[in-house]
Amino acid sequence: MKPLPDARLNRRKRTDRAFRVLALASAAAVLLSLVIILGAILWKSLPALSLSMLTRTPKGGFYLGKEGGILNAIVGSLELAIGATAIAFLLSLPLVLYLNVYKGRASKTAVWTRFFLDVLWGVPSIVYGAFGFIVMLALGLRASLLAGMLTVALLEFPIMSRAIDEVMRLVPRELKEASASLGATRFETAVKVLVRQSAPGILTGVLLAFGRGVGDAASVLFTAGFTDRVPGGLLDPAATLPLAIFFQLGTPFPEVRERAYASAAILTLIILVISLAGRALGRKATRHVVK
Amino acid sequence: MNGETPISIRRLSVYYGDLQVLKDVSLDIPARKITVIIGPSGCGKTTLLKSLNRLLDTAEGVRVRGQVLLDGEDIYAPRTEVTRIRKKMGLLSQKPQVLPMSIYENVAYGPRLHGLKSKKELARRVEHYLRVAGLWDEVRDRLREPASTLSVGQQQRLCLARGLAVEPEIILGDEPTSALDPQSSQNVERRLLELKRDYTVVVVTHILRQARRIADHLAFLYLGELVEQGPAAEVFAGPRDPRTRAYLTGEIS
Repeated sequence: MKPLPDARLNRRKRTDRAFRVLALASAAAVLLSLVIILGAILWKSLPALSLSMLTRTPKGGFYLGKEGGILNAIVGSLELAIGATAIAFLLSLPLVLYLNVYKGRASKTAVWTRFFLDVLWGVPSIVYGAFGFIVMLALGLRASLLAGMLTVALLEFPIMSRAIDEVMRLVPRELKEASASLGATRFETAVKVLVRQSAPGILTGVLLAFGRGVGDAASVLFTAGFTDRVPGGLLDPAATLPLAIFFQLGTPFPEVRERAYASAAILTLIILVISLAGRALGRKATRHVVK
Repeated sequence: MNGETPISIRRLSVYYGDLQVLKDVSLDIPARKITVIIGPSGCGKTTLLKSLNRLLDTAEGVRVRGQVLLDGEDIYAPRTEVTRIRKKMGLLSQKPQVLPMSIYENVAYGPRLHGLKSKKELARRVEHYLRVAGLWDEVRDRLREPASTLSVGQQQRLCLARGLAVEPEIILGDEPTSALDPQSSQNVERRLLELKRDYTVVVVTHILRQARRIADHLAFLYLGELVEQGPAAEVFAGPRDPRTRAYLTGEIS
């Protein structure tokens, strides 16, 4: 081959270098903002972070700067998000298996279902909150852990379904055929082969949805309510960390605002711990995945 | 069993949407022999093979006309139980597709589906068919490891063991050596030659030399049409149809 003229080669090299700089710059910007956000929250929360924040419920005058903690919101958020994630999972998995095993991936049903899930994904959480509120009123329920769970489950459902679906679509048809050719029914193929093969995607989907659910304020504002006590049952109102942050940040007292940052730090920590734990657990579940 | 022809294909046509992929194919497959279906890529070989255990049904927009008689029973009759048809056949695909589970579980998968529960019997069957597939000595100490840790050649023999473990009568091979290195290919070919003592074998290939090495019965498929079939030695020695002759001499490929 004839060597390229130098001028053109140089231009191509320059473009290449310029793009590299651009890519590095955006990577740095993303990392830096993450560090700044986490740093700022931790820095602001340091004066308020204490063991009693984690272990005590708000006592009288907590929102005026007197003592107590946010145990109510920590427990409420965990119970609510775990419950909601469980419900969303029970809805998502059968739907996704149906789309990928029973329906061809390009069937009309599958295409339209995916479209509607994408639309639902984009619906703002306050709309889910408002919808949950209407349903509650219609059923004569009051704000409760259960109502919050169901609303957040609705919010998580499209996120989880689409995340799992994207991974399950990548399972080669030949793998399903291999299972079928051994005499497996579609159900057996779905449960024994597809679920295992997509285990990493299922895990990611669940963690993603959990993260969205535990951190959402608008959907629980009207449906779960808020209380200073740890919820005693499904029909009791439940406090949540995002709302705790919201209320504490809205006061004129600096020491209470510090508590808002402490709550934010705790919420971030919870998401971090659950993600890491999920990944560690998932390592065992994913060792059989066929590359 | 229907004596000499366990599979009898009668005037089979297959359409993908408006495209006719198989045209009125009729073929009798002799028992305990290796029948090799040859033909250029895209001539419908794989479709023909997949039509034998009704894997075509999983694709959308596929229409099938005609009959495939398995031991005298039409597998496309509306009341035929698909899983029972498939249990009678083991399939080797182009690229080995191991299941996302351990080596042991891959072989035990089929028998378990069909209701085998006894652990002892399962272990016996797994060992037996891994031996038949010529894999036992290589994996006996690592049965609990993920099947995906095996080499591609080993994976294909695992797929063979897995297919045999459901105790089929027929083995289907869809270009079963096309993803393998020469040595692994030879190994798989040798297995097939051994297996024809007990099983009816149908192999699709576009490798003529492979067909010469293993075929007892030969069928040539061209543009969806079954051009010629007969005992392999006869077809190779004196093809009757000019298209077969052209293919065998490499004029069309």
